[in-house]
Amino acid sequence: MKIVAICGAGIGSSGILKVNAERVLGRLGIEADVTAAHLATLTTDAANAQIILTSPEFVDAIGKTNADVIVVHNYFDTAELTRKLQDALG
Amino acid sequence: MSLPAVPAEAILLGVRVDDWREAVRAAGSALTAAGIADPSYADEMIRMIEEHGPYVVIAPGLALAHARPGPEVREDGIAVVTLATPVDFGHPYNDPVSVVLALAVHASDTHVALVAELANLFNDSTAIADLAAAKSFDDVQRILGVPA
Repeated sequence: MKIVAICGAGIGSSGILKVNAERVLGRLGIEADVTAAHLATLTTDAANAQIILTSPEFVDAIGKTNADVIVVHNYFDTAELTRKLQDALG
Repeated sequence: MSLPAVPAEAILLGVRVDDWREAVRAAGSALTAAGIADPSYADEMIRMIEEHGPYVVIAPGLALAHARPGPEVREDGIAVVTLATPVDFGHPYNDPVSVVLALAVHASDTHVALVAELANLFNDSTAIADLAAAKSFDDVQRILGVPA
């Protein structure tokens, strides 16, 4: 499965989302390829992604996509991330 | 890997600011004082927020100010600014901000270990509140688990 974390710069916040998503998925026993990316390279990086992780500001910019867009409020709350990833993965 | 050293120059406690731009600028000046980034990096951090919104407020009370790697960054590092009075960044869930962590990285491939350490430190912890209440450089360095 391919998961992309998006932020404006592709370094700080999306990096934290990537690290935490990998942790949560590891605990859930789910294998996934998680990448950190920024908006400018979104179309190539998020091609074929099943899930896009991001913050509320980027939802509009991400626009139409086949991926499930998960909006994360508190990047350091792994319970929130776990719940939202579990919901998206059904 | 642990976080890079955070010298006293990179820490500003109880700073008085009127708005988020001043808060980010204070963090930029701390990066510059510590030799981590040129003064123009602060403009870049502000521009990221103007362009993309207050997404850098990644947790309640905490802004992770940063810009893309570029020539303004001299070495990988972080600065810590606590605010005397919290300010709003305009985030729908995580305002007001009382701690600004400024992140500067030299190249995008080196940042992963650094942000992983930040995640270790802040995940499901009281570190944000502890930083907001820090009274000394020692307090900040102890909370971050970094050398001076």
